[in-house]
Amino acid sequence: MNLLDTAHSAVEAVAGHRLRSLLTTLGILIGIAAVTLTVGLGQGAQERVSEQISALGSNLLIVLPGSSTSTTGVRGGAGSASTLTTRDAAALTDRTDAPDVAAVAPVTSGSATLVAGTTNWRTTLAGTTPSWTAVRDRTLVTGRFFTQAEVDAAAPVVVLGPLTAQDLFPSAASAVGRTVQVDGTPLTVVGVLAPEGTSASGTSQDDTAVLPQTTAAALLGGGARTRISTLYVEATGPAALSAAYQEVDRTLLTLHGVTPATADFTLTSQQALVSTATATAHTLTVLLGGVAGLSLLVGGIGVMNIMLVSVTERVREIGLRKAIGASPSAIRRQFVLEAGLLGVGGGVLGVALGVTGAELLPRVIGQPVDLSATATVAAVGVSLVVGLVAGVYPAHRAARLAPIDALRSQ
Amino acid sequence: MTAVGPEGTGRTVLDLRDAVKTYTTGSGLTVRALVGVDLTVREGAYLAITGPSGSGKSTLMHVLGCLDALTTGSYRLDGVEVGAMDEYGLAAARNRLIGFVFQQFHLLPGLSAVRNVELPLAYAGVGRADRRARAVAALERVGLGDRTDHRPGELSGGQQQRVAVARALVTEPALLLADEPTGNLDSASTEDVLDLFDELHAAGRTIVVITHEQDVAARAQDRLHLRDGRFTPPPVIAGATGVAR
Repeated sequence: MNLLDTAHSAVEAVAGHRLRSLLTTLGILIGIAAVTLTVGLGQGAQERVSEQISALGSNLLIVLPGSSTSTTGVRGGAGSASTLTTRDAAALTDRTDAPDVAAVAPVTSGSATLVAGTTNWRTTLAGTTPSWTAVRDRTLVTGRFFTQAEVDAAAPVVVLGPLTAQDLFPSAASAVGRTVQVDGTPLTVVGVLAPEGTSASGTSQDDTAVLPQTTAAALLGGGARTRISTLYVEATGPAALSAAYQEVDRTLLTLHGVTPATADFTLTSQQALVSTATATAHTLTVLLGGVAGLSLLVGGIGVMNIMLVSVTERVREIGLRKAIGASPSAIRRQFVLEAGLLGVGGGVLGVALGVTGAELLPRVIGQPVDLSATATVAAVGVSLVVGLVAGVYPAHRAARLAPIDALRSQ
Repeated sequence: MTAVGPEGTGRTVLDLRDAVKTYTTGSGLTVRALVGVDLTVREGAYLAITGPSGSGKSTLMHVLGCLDALTTGSYRLDGVEVGAMDEYGLAAARNRLIGFVFQQFHLLPGLSAVRNVELPLAYAGVGRADRRARAVAALERVGLGDRTDHRPGELSGGQQQRVAVARALVTEPALLLADEPTGNLDSASTEDVLDLFDELHAAGRTIVVITHEQDVAARAQDRLHLRDGRFTPPPVIAGATGVAR
């Protein structure tokens, strides 16, 4: 009996007991649906994290000022000291010292209340240079970004985030050319940024006001006018990221006259953020996947159980098949195939359930589910293997039945 | 020595020498089912083996059908020693050399008549089209050419047994082995099946029927009577050629 014939009779045997076959596959069905959904959820989460991080600009290095220690010995966290200045930003644009750095954007930040007519809105001010758009990978929906000349002249211009523009003016488009006041200083809106969404740290990147660094320093006051709170450095490419990291580190250490142990700044890369976030999502996926895998194991035991019952029930059939010439391996193949078929059936139904769940779940829990074709095909493959393995022992029992005992049973 | 079947040119289909079969029951008792049986069946024979229950009939049938092994002695089927065969050899022997007809028919209820008849050919590795043609021919041979697509449940007992005979014949086996073939049939169906056996015998088939019914045995060419695990002269059967040791 060739494989096709055996498969044919396996299909008939499974189809002959529809309800029982369906119930048998239930364990595998649920297991596969769980695995599909879990992996989908995990990948959805990873996807979202990567999107958020790349929204910040890939190939990005971030330099934060070091910690400050007050006279009473109270130490602030990273960024609390004002050890970074525009001088550092200028030094990093040097092509010889830092050949792998494409652009540098120093940011002086603070918060302020913007007033437009009768409306006011409190938001973050970011004082920077024109390279900010390239480094942060931002575009404008309308208007223009400010120029280097405006930075040099500390011109009273501002570029608003889309949310900020909408809060202050009827629409983003109508904001350009209008005036907002910060602490009585009028600033002309020259452009509005394109929406970017929420950053990995959870803050909105669309609610902001970007203005020349010099203008911001004057508005925010306090400290030196050259003080900057964050220095964004863009590497020339993903491959150059670690070289750029070394160069920035070395340049700033030399400039500040400190050693790595006494460094008064913190250098982090987007890459580090990405790997941390992905690792977290990955751990979660593995954990949930493990639980789902357990339910697959239970499903496999269910198939094995029913196959054993089936062998006992069909003793006469097995006896007859042996009497008319079925070899032990032909009998074994028949039962293994039947179990495999139950496994695949459960897998296919499970994937169907998983796909349905992937459609419905995001509407309920608000988490994206990203089903991959590879994972889906693999799930069906795994269910086939689970079925086949579960069939081995029952099939072995069937193959070993003595034909006369089998025929004699009533 | 008991030999049946046409003498001379006929080859020996089966040859049983000093066959002994003992069982140990669950309670530890040793049962001697066959006590030194000798039997030679030549091609073209039509032999009935009779005997009361417990005489060893079923055991003999299982041994002849390669379903059970002898404790001691020798059994040659179509010239090959069965005792030396492994499970795969036995399966092949049952498939190619023996056609079984059982009292309970043993048809698979889910399969149509023609697919039941095809089954031994499927295990023999015969291709689909060839298999179907031969199965239909075998069903026509037993007079059921118009019932090929009926399931066993849709056929009468006599028809079911004829399907079983077609299944036994489809591989052109050396030996047709029937175990109480009419035990579950009414007298009309019994007559049908026995007529079919007569025809097959006339066509040169080798048939061994095991039965406890005298009128079934009476239709055979030769009769042997089994009692307490050995052949004995049958009580009252005219024309018997079986000889006691």
